[in-house]
Amino acid sequence: MKRSSWTDYQKEIADDNYYYARSCIRQNFFPGSEKVFLDILGKDLGRNIFDDPLHTSCTGIGYHSDVVPLETIMTVVARQFALMSEAGYENFTSSCITSFGIYTELLATWEEFPETEEKTRENLYKATGREFKKPKNLSHTSDVIFHHREEIAQKAKRKLVNVYTGEPLKVVEHIGCHYAKIFPKKGIGGSEFPYVLAGMVESWGGEIVDYPERRHCCGFGFRNYLVQANRGYSVANSHKKLESMAPYKPDFIVCNCPGCSMFLDKWQYTIAEMEGTTYGQNGQGIPVLTYEEMAGLVLGYDPWVLGMQMHQVDVEPLLDKMGVEYDPSAKYLGRNGKYIGRPERAIVNSCSEDTIYKRRF
Amino acid sequence: MKHTIIIGGGIAGMQCALTLSRQGVATTIIEKENDLGGKLRNWHVLFPTFTPADEVLSQMRHKLSTATNVTIKTGCEATKITPTAVTLATGEELKCDAVVIATGFTLFDAHIKEEYGYGIYDNVVTSADLEQMFNKGEVKLSTGETPRRVAILHCVGSRDEKVCQRHCSKVCCVTGVKQAIELKRLFPAADVFNFYMDIRMFGPGYEEMYREAQQAYNVHFVRGRISEVSPTIDNRLQIKAEDTLTGRPLKLGVDMLVLLIGMRSNDLNATLEAGSGLKCQPSGFMQPKDSFHGNVESGVEGIFYAGAVTAPKNVGESMNEGTTAAMAVVEWLSKR
Amino acid sequence: MINFGFSINKPRTIDIDRNNLRKSNEIMHEMPELQTCIGCGTCTATCTAGNLTEFNFRKVHTLVRRGEYQGAYEEMNKCMLCGKCRLLCPRGINTRGVVMLIKRKLGDF
Repeated sequence: MKRSSWTDYQKEIADDNYYYARSCIRQNFFPGSEKVFLDILGKDLGRNIFDDPLHTSCTGIGYHSDVVPLETIMTVVARQFALMSEAGYENFTSSCITSFGIYTELLATWEEFPETEEKTRENLYKATGREFKKPKNLSHTSDVIFHHREEIAQKAKRKLVNVYTGEPLKVVEHIGCHYAKIFPKKGIGGSEFPYVLAGMVESWGGEIVDYPERRHCCGFGFRNYLVQANRGYSVANSHKKLESMAPYKPDFIVCNCPGCSMFLDKWQYTIAEMEGTTYGQNGQGIPVLTYEEMAGLVLGYDPWVLGMQMHQVDVEPLLDKMGVEYDPSAKYLGRNGKYIGRPERAIVNSCSEDTIYKRRF
Repeated sequence: MKHTIIIGGGIAGMQCALTLSRQGVATTIIEKENDLGGKLRNWHVLFPTFTPADEVLSQMRHKLSTATNVTIKTGCEATKITPTAVTLATGEELKCDAVVIATGFTLFDAHIKEEYGYGIYDNVVTSADLEQMFNKGEVKLSTGETPRRVAILHCVGSRDEKVCQRHCSKVCCVTGVKQAIELKRLFPAADVFNFYMDIRMFGPGYEEMYREAQQAYNVHFVRGRISEVSPTIDNRLQIKAEDTLTGRPLKLGVDMLVLLIGMRSNDLNATLEAGSGLKCQPSGFMQPKDSFHGNVESGVEGIFYAGAVTAPKNVGESMNEGTTAAMAVVEWLSKR
Repeated sequence: MINFGFSINKPRTIDIDRNNLRKSNEIMHEMPELQTCIGCGTCTATCTAGNLTEFNFRKVHTLVRRGEYQGAYEEMNKCMLCGKCRLLCPRGINTRGVVMLIKRKLGDF
């Protein structure tokens, strides 16, 4: 494919000195990802990044679920920026696509309607006594990894290559809607041919799968899936994507959005249990990775340090293909060797029955 | 002898020069390409009669070759235009008594509508590309195979706020119907789908041709705009649209997608406007003095317009404007 | 199978590639004039049945042309064959003939 159009959509990504804003939900579903991002930036790449315990949720989930009003979220976002200014940073990087979308949209709103910025400054000052400066650079954390992708490739311990066949791994990339669909110019490659994850995959030896429903939303949609009765059409979107990608036999899916990676992973379990359908090779699920996990594997991190035991779909078939050495018995051992429990056996999983668990407590 | 300079040697400019020659006015055609004929040189046959474009052009070339007092300067660009002189890119200044601007239009660049994958996926072509394929007698897929199913998408770069082209390009609908018929004549077994927002058959014989495409050629018309194109595992193209007449989304795999690209104003028009007293419309096309009484007049005395420089027009209309502009020039010159 | 308290929605998309167009092609072959429909809706506006029921002649025959046959026969049964639509159709389509043809071709669906 002649994918040159991504070069028309470039954005400035700060090279160093980031203020880090975490996601609300990633710690639960992909708990190693944010930690590893900090380690990759700090230890592998020698960059300065500040993980501030003072920052809060951007309240995006509440905003998109119609419970947080616009004025409130503006003030909360202003507070995050105030914390960044107080800590002496100018480059804001957010781990969540929803947050990234919100920061981008609010900065644009303040630009278009300066009176809303004035009102926000007033609200923030009244509520907290703080004042804020707008960030000089705003990036999603996948932008930051994209920016450093060649340096990561140079330090790579493993490649996205099947060690048995020598062929590049086939990767489905899925971009969160709010990364570039609202403001295409704020995303690497725009909204139709986003390159932020494709660029990483290509730099690290893998091959991107261009399948028909590539741009389709995963179905997350906040208030849609939050209401149990509405979940049917939420899951149907992931269903549509999985149906469309399966014939290409992808080795794994990589996402840059907390909701997407959770949905594409967990809905595979739901669909398997409801309809008996699985989409991976060998009758199991297709492993779903975050880009931090993908970068971590490339840089030689241990999959259990990356938190990959918390995935719904087992990642072992992928680890084997990549030639990653791992200790199966350590899978469900948390910090200090403490047993963290193991999931029930499920159709989408391959390994839970074969693994011998050592209980060390 | 009075001398008129015509900027642009497309059909409007050529027709204008012919008429002026017959009226005893000397003309110089300034054409930036190396050949006269403009966009028509790359077209295959013309709606609704299926007359070869080449036939129309050859006739005009022949007439021009025998016309008196017509000077043709090809490969030559005008940089400054006043009613009494035109400066060329070479620095040469040509004196004149009147100027006709017949610089036409620019074809919309289909790359801009990224969702259709032009330049990214094989077998996504523009209407202009398809005309060239017809001309070469090589309508085929990148693999060399013949298409079994073709989709033709109307309004690419027309009636589209997202690409700053709000106007209707007028000729694409009928071109789409014409090309559908040509495809069905070449490949009777193929399915051809036209995806449209409105079908605007404004000229004589057009509506009849549309009906013929439906009834005699079984061309499918779906009222709905394609929202995105993606590749399929068997190297075809999957397109998505709404079948608005049934109120349901629709998708299908096609072998070839033809984008009916619109007519947009030349970038040059903005520079024409600067300091000259000429005006552009919001669409970027030049603003004629009056929509009823002064279609070929510019508002600046001694400067006239002909053809698609003021709005999208078909071949016949552009030629008529060439004639009308010539008559307006004659009238203007007689008063001086 | 686990009941999670919801079901997975089926796609509403008309998938031309999955639909079997054989019957549709037969119908178009027997009555090519149906393809000249421009979707003006005059037939439905005047329809005796359509003013009192969900019956929409224009929509049903358009769906049939796309290979969506489910329920078309039952829908066409709502037609009273009064003939007003044929009287008004600006394309001169034999709309009553279309009703009869669809019923004849799609009795099995």
